[in-house]
Amino acid sequence: MIAMDENHPGKPLPKKPGHVSYGRLERVLRAGHFAITTELAPPDSALAEDVYERAQVFDGYVDGMNATDGSGANCHMSSVAMCALLTGVGYSPVMQIACRDKNRIAIQGDVLGAAAMGVSNVLCLTGDGVQVGDQPEAKPVFDLDSVSLLETIRTMRDESRFLSGRAITTPPDIFLGAAENPCAPPIDFRPHRLAKKIAAGADFIQTQYIFDVKQLKDFMAKSRDMGLLNKCFILPGVGPLASAKTATWIRTNVPGIHIPDDIISRLAGAQDQKKEGQKICIELIQQIREIEGVSGVHVMAYRQEEAVADIIQQSGVLEGREPWYPGCEDQESLEA
Amino acid sequence: MYRIRQWSVTHSRKLEAFYYFFEPFFIRLYPLWRAIGTQRVEKPFRILERTAKNLIFGCQMCGQCTLSNTGMSCPMNCPKSIRNGPCGGVRLDGNCEIKPEMRCVWVEAWRGSKQMKRFENIRQIQQPVNFSYRGSSSWLRVAEKEYTSPDSEARK
Repeated sequence: MIAMDENHPGKPLPKKPGHVSYGRLERVLRAGHFAITTELAPPDSALAEDVYERAQVFDGYVDGMNATDGSGANCHMSSVAMCALLTGVGYSPVMQIACRDKNRIAIQGDVLGAAAMGVSNVLCLTGDGVQVGDQPEAKPVFDLDSVSLLETIRTMRDESRFLSGRAITTPPDIFLGAAENPCAPPIDFRPHRLAKKIAAGADFIQTQYIFDVKQLKDFMAKSRDMGLLNKCFILPGVGPLASAKTATWIRTNVPGIHIPDDIISRLAGAQDQKKEGQKICIELIQQIREIEGVSGVHVMAYRQEEAVADIIQQSGVLEGREPWYPGCEDQESLEA
Repeated sequence: MYRIRQWSVTHSRKLEAFYYFFEPFFIRLYPLWRAIGTQRVEKPFRILERTAKNLIFGCQMCGQCTLSNTGMSCPMNCPKSIRNGPCGGVRLDGNCEIKPEMRCVWVEAWRGSKQMKRFENIRQIQQPVNFSYRGSSSWLRVAEKEYTSPDSEARK
């Protein structure tokens, strides 16, 4: 259980020995709990309530939620702004940074600002190409890539300096995350890339959707042989597929997501395809949990966010643990 | 052009040997380049380097050549210019997510690296590109850096 010293929205928690951040996600992972993170779809609006409503859906089921940064190269509310709103009411977001839209000056400034607002986790991404989004005419920046971004923030945190060498008076205490895709070619290079990201500063990894457990197992086994598994926490990505049609569409149109035929035929043969998709997701979580070196799962349920609580509940991975959320203490005292 | 780029990856080991054979001479000649004036030799070198490397590698003249670390596949041809690739969007057939008709630059880099003597180089972390070097000769920069480094072999 999470200690009682954590109930002040927006206020930093005491940093535990050996921890790099003040965050809850790092605490859960280092304590050896099976951690749950999820993805928060940013609104296409200027209304703070929209962000709070989307976050509340996950209350009591997740240890962190990723505030995406223009995912799919589509324009939405920015991840920095979402994190400002979320930390203001006590949530513990994972701020995503994509290298597509900002150069190194803007990114380093954002990291300092985010840490000042209480952001403890950052996920470093290269980002999707502008060509796949709703504004393909945009200028792609890509001044840094995911690996050099990791190294940049690690330098800021551990050496209290910017890339230029100039000193930072109070460094950002950030728990650093990165992404990996065990199912995309070149498959045999993927563990080496993981090693590179760990060397650059990754403390945790969230992967792309996994639908082929065998491929994940191979990746984890190779990473273990390379001695990587005790150097970072790995949270494979999972999510419910809405229907066989959606699955086929994703497989053809979203590069990097590998969905095996048997999953699609199982969906196609089901009476309630949406329910079957959630059932498959639950089974995947249970199988993935058994793999050596897995520290949690990252549940991405785009347009099915309301199903996340149920999926986690039924998978049984929380083992009775209730992740902290703003106001949970009040709830407990009301019940008592 | 694209065919030649693929040929270079296929022959990465030969190109590597060729490069490392000539590099020491070029570095040893640095005092000569300096005597003529690095500003003055920059232009012919730049033209030579651009012509040769554009033909063979699709060189974008980033000014900080890293081909010997990336299997002779130029990372600046990646639409996201990732120097520490590949990204997670590589198609199942090994092609680029943004340019489906092109092989992923990093699938090629991995193919090229596996044949090279200095295979381990692909695992090095590449620093972000220095934008102010764009369009300048990386050969001259390498020669200067290697010759003036404290443990330079070329000066012995």
